[in-house]
Amino acid sequence: MLKEYRTISEVAGPLMMVDKVDAVQYDELVEVELPGGEVRRGKVLEAHTGRALVQLFEGTAGIDMRRTKVRFLGKVIELGVSEDMLGRIFDGFGTPIDGGPRILAETRLDINGNPINPFARAYPSEFIQTGISAIDCMNPLVRGQKLPIFSGSGLPHSQMAAQIARQAKVRGTTEPFAVVFAAMGITFEEANYFITDFRRTGAIERAVLFMNLSNDPVIERIATPRMALTTAEYLAYEKGMHVLVILTDMTNYCEALREVSAARKEVPGRRGYPGYMYTDLATIYERAGRVQGKPGSITQIPILTMPEDDKTHPIPDLTGYITEGQVILGRELHKKGIYPAINVSLSLSRLKDKGIGPDKTREDHADVLNQLSDAYDRGKEARELAVVLGEAALTPADRLFFKFADEFELQFVRQGENVERSIEETLDIGWRLMKIIPRNELKRVSDEHVEKYLNRQDAPAAD
Amino acid sequence: MQEGRIVKISGPLVVAENMTDVRMYDVVRVGEGRLLGEVIEMRGNRASIQVYEETSGVSPGEPVVSTGQPLSVELGPGLMRSIYDGIQRPLSGLMELSGEFIGRGLEVPGLDREKKWEFKPAVEVGDTVISGDVLGTVQETILVEHRVMVPPGIPGATVRSIKAGEYTVTETVAVLDVEGESREVTMLQRWPVRVGRPIKERLAPEDPLVTGQRVIDTFFPIAKGGTACIPGPFGSGKTVVQHQLSKWADAEIIVFIGCGERGNEMTDVLLEFPELKDPRSGEPLMERTILVANTSNMPVAAREASIYTGLTLAEYYRDMGYQVALMADSTSRWAEALREISGRLEEMPGEEGYPAYLGSRAAEFYERAGRVICAGSQGREGTLSIVGAVSPPGGDLSEPVTQATLRVVKVFWGLDDRLAARKHFPAINWLTSYSLYTDTLDAFFRTNAGEDFPELRQEAMSLLQTESELQEIVRLVGLDALSARQRMILETSKSLREDFLYQSAFHDIDTYCSMEKQYKVLKIILTFHHSALRWLDEGTSIDKILELPVRDEIARARLAPEDQLGKLAQLAEQVTGEFPA
Repeated sequence: MLKEYRTISEVAGPLMMVDKVDAVQYDELVEVELPGGEVRRGKVLEAHTGRALVQLFEGTAGIDMRRTKVRFLGKVIELGVSEDMLGRIFDGFGTPIDGGPRILAETRLDINGNPINPFARAYPSEFIQTGISAIDCMNPLVRGQKLPIFSGSGLPHSQMAAQIARQAKVRGTTEPFAVVFAAMGITFEEANYFITDFRRTGAIERAVLFMNLSNDPVIERIATPRMALTTAEYLAYEKGMHVLVILTDMTNYCEALREVSAARKEVPGRRGYPGYMYTDLATIYERAGRVQGKPGSITQIPILTMPEDDKTHPIPDLTGYITEGQVILGRELHKKGIYPAINVSLSLSRLKDKGIGPDKTREDHADVLNQLSDAYDRGKEARELAVVLGEAALTPADRLFFKFADEFELQFVRQGENVERSIEETLDIGWRLMKIIPRNELKRVSDEHVEKYLNRQDAPAAD
Repeated sequence: MQEGRIVKISGPLVVAENMTDVRMYDVVRVGEGRLLGEVIEMRGNRASIQVYEETSGVSPGEPVVSTGQPLSVELGPGLMRSIYDGIQRPLSGLMELSGEFIGRGLEVPGLDREKKWEFKPAVEVGDTVISGDVLGTVQETILVEHRVMVPPGIPGATVRSIKAGEYTVTETVAVLDVEGESREVTMLQRWPVRVGRPIKERLAPEDPLVTGQRVIDTFFPIAKGGTACIPGPFGSGKTVVQHQLSKWADAEIIVFIGCGERGNEMTDVLLEFPELKDPRSGEPLMERTILVANTSNMPVAAREASIYTGLTLAEYYRDMGYQVALMADSTSRWAEALREISGRLEEMPGEEGYPAYLGSRAAEFYERAGRVICAGSQGREGTLSIVGAVSPPGGDLSEPVTQATLRVVKVFWGLDDRLAARKHFPAINWLTSYSLYTDTLDAFFRTNAGEDFPELRQEAMSLLQTESELQEIVRLVGLDALSARQRMILETSKSLREDFLYQSAFHDIDTYCSMEKQYKVLKIILTFHHSALRWLDEGTSIDKILELPVRDEIARARLAPEDQLGKLAQLAEQVTGEFPA
C-alpha cells in the first residue's frame, strides 16, 4: 500500500510542494487525487529531505491544500509497450483514445531511455527514397538520420510530413517498416489531417500515434516525444523494424519547457528559454540512429515552426546544432504556388555523402546535386541582379542561369502532393534542366556522365 | 571516512550533508547506485555535488561516499587508440558492461589492467633522476613511443632497480631511492584533470602547425603551441574543419574531444580514423589519436569534465616531448554545461545566464596550451596546440562564449554561413578572420615554402579586400562602371577564392595541400595577375585575356597530385612573358 500525503504546502503554476514526505525519488512518478476523485499525474522535479517539488502534467486547477491526496509511485515514468500498439492512437501520455482495448504491455520501459553508446552506433548510410525531388536529390535522407523540417506558420509542412510518411521507402528491401507520430500542441484540425491521411492510405496499420493537442495539458507535452521515442526504440531494437518518427511541432514542445522553467524560477538563457534546452532537445533528437548488430533503425523528422521565419531563434538554432541537417521551407516559394516549398539553397543533409552513389542511388547523383545547386545559386544571384539593374544588364550566360533558376523551381522543386518520383526520374529531370545551360558552364559534372545522361535528354519543355 | 546523506536532488545537482571531511573537487559516489560525482561547492557541513550520470530514481537519505581523490585520469600506455567518455571510461568497456545503451554507476578503468607492455629502460641503476625524466619506453602503437616518466613531485632520486621486460600498467617497472626511502614506479600514473601538469619553462611558439588547409596555412596560420577558435553557425562546416585538422595537421598526437556533439558524428570519426592513413607515415590515423566522446545526450556534468579530461591526456603526451594538437568540438557545449550547473547552484548569473566566471574558465583552458621545455633534467621540448570550436547561437559572435574565447585565443577562423550557402568550403571568412602568429611564423614560411611567401600572402589579401570594395560598386552601378584593371582584380580575386581558398575536404587530392604546393598555386595565380595587368597596359583586351585556355589549367592547379608539382612550375613559366598568341 502506497503512503498518501495530504501535506501540500504550496501550489504555483504547474508546480506544487509536498511536505513531510519520506524517501521520494528524483524524477519519480506522482499521482494526485483531487477531492472529487479525479486523478492527475506528475513527477518529482526536486527531492529534498522531507519535501518534494512536484510538477503536474495536467495543471493544478482545483487542487486544494487540505483534502488533495498525493501518492508517490516509486518508479519513473514508464510506458508499457507492445507490438499491438501499431494501428492505435494514444494521448500524449500513452493512454489509448481511439476507443480500442488497453494495451497488454510486453515490457515496461523508462521513457527517458539511455543514451546510445557512440561506440555501438552504426553509421547511417541507407538511402531513403521519399519520392520528393528536392529532398531525394538535393538533401538525401538516410536511415538513422534526424532531419528536421524548419517551417513557418501557414506553410504546408503537415502535407509534406504526411507525404514523406506515405512514400518513404528503402528501395530493394521489404524489411518491416513503421511510423511513430507524436503531435505536440497542434490543433485538432492538423491532427485530424494526419489521422485521416493515414487512414485513407492504409498507413495507419503501420503507425502508432501520440496526440497531445493544443488544448491538452501543456506539461504532458514534455512527456509526449519521449513516449513516442520509447515506442520507436522498442519497435526498432526489439522488433527489428525501421521506424520513421515524426515529431510535430517542436516549437510547442519548447514553449512547454519554457513554461515549466519559468514556473520553477530558473535563470533563463536566451529569450527566456532555459539554459538546458540544448541538452533537453539532444536527449530527444539523439534517440535517432542505428545500432550495430540490430536490424532496426530510427529516423526522425521533427517539424518546427520558426517564429517569424527566423532561423536564428533559439528553437531552430539549437535544433540545427543537434540534427544532421535541416529542410527549410520558404515562404516566397509557397507564395509562388510551389509545393513542396523547399528552399534548396538553405537546406542541408549532413549525411548525404554516405547515402548516395553507384550502389545506393545512381553514379551521377553527386554530380547532379552539385551542379544543380551551383547553377540554381547562380541563377538566383542573376535574378537578384535583374531586380536591381534590369534584365538587360545581365550577361547572356547569366540570363540562361536566370531561366534555369525559374525552371528549376517549377519543374524540379514543384511536384504534386501525390506525386512520387523515383530517384532516377528525379535525376533525369535534373539533367533535362541542365540543357538550358551551355555545356562549358557545367563545371561540376564529369564528361563521362554528360555523355551518358545529358545527351540522351530532350530539351526541357517550356512550362 | 564519514558517510554523507543526500538532502536534495535537482537534476545533475545533488546536495548532501555530513560532508565536513570532503575537500573541494573530490570525487564522490552518490546514492545506492554509486553514481560518480564531484564536489563543487561546500557550505557548513553541506556539499553540492555535480553528478556525471542521470540522477532519476535517487532519493534523499541515500549515502554519499567520498573517494578522497579529485577527479583524475589514468596515464600510461594504452591511451592511444582509445575512445573515452567524458570521465575517461572506455566506451568499449561500457559496452561490454551494459550493451548498446550506457547504463549507470558503471566502473571501468581508463587503462587495461591485463595487457602486458614491452618496457625498455632508458636509465641505469645508480642514475640520478628527477620528476619528468624518462625512465624507459614502451612502443604503444606503430606511431607512438610511450615514454614512462618519473612522476611529478620527486625533486631528486637515484634509480635503485630497473629492468626490461613485459609488464602490466600496475606492475612496478622501477624502484627509486627518494631521500633514503624507496619508491616503486609503475607505468600507470594519475593526475587530477583540473590542474595543469608541471613544466620547466614556457617558450614562445616558433613553428606553424601545418594543416594542409590552404586558407589556414597561408592566410591564418596557427603556431605549434598556439590557440585558435572556430566560431560558426550550424551548417557552416565547423566540424569538417576540425576533422580535417585532426586528419592532416602535422602533430604527432591528436586528442579529439567531441563535447556535447552529435552521436553519429563521433561514429563517423570512429569508423573513419582507423581507415584513414596518416600522410607522413602511411599508418592509420587512429594510431596517434585519442578520442573523448561525450555526446549531447550523455549527462551534462560529464560534458563539463570532458574538456579537462582530454586536456590532461594531451598534456601528458606533451610532457613526453611530442607535438600535440587538441581539438575541442564544441566549447559552447562545455560553457552551457557550466551554465546549467551554475543555474542549479543558484549563482548570480552574468550575461545570458552564463556564470560570471565563464571568461576566467575559458582563459584557464586555453592557457594550458603552449610550447614548453618539459619537466625533468633532459630539456625535451613539447608543444600543445588547442583548437576550439564555438557554436554561437544564431551565428551571433557577440554572444558571451565567443567573446570570452576571442579574448584569449590568438587565431580566429570566422566561419560564415553565407559562404557555406554558396558552397564555398572551408567557409572561413577571409576578411574577418585573423592570425596573430603570422609575423612570428614568416621566417619559417620563407625557408620552407618560398622566399616571397609573406609578400604573396599580403598581396592576395589586399586583392580580396579590394574585391569587396569593388563589388559594392558593381552592386550599385554595374560591372560596366569598372576599368579593365579593376575587372582584372575582380577576376583574380575570384580565382583566389575558387582556385585557392576553396578546398574540398572530400576530394582525394584536394583534401590535403602541402606548403610547397600552396606556395606554387598562389604564385601562379598572382603571376598570371601581374602578366595580365601588363598585357592590359600593352593594349590587349580583357576579354582576350579571360579567354586564355591557361586559365582553366590554373583553375585545376589545386588538384595536381603532390608528386607532380613540377607541372605547376611549367604552368608558371607559361604565364610570364608575352601574351600568348
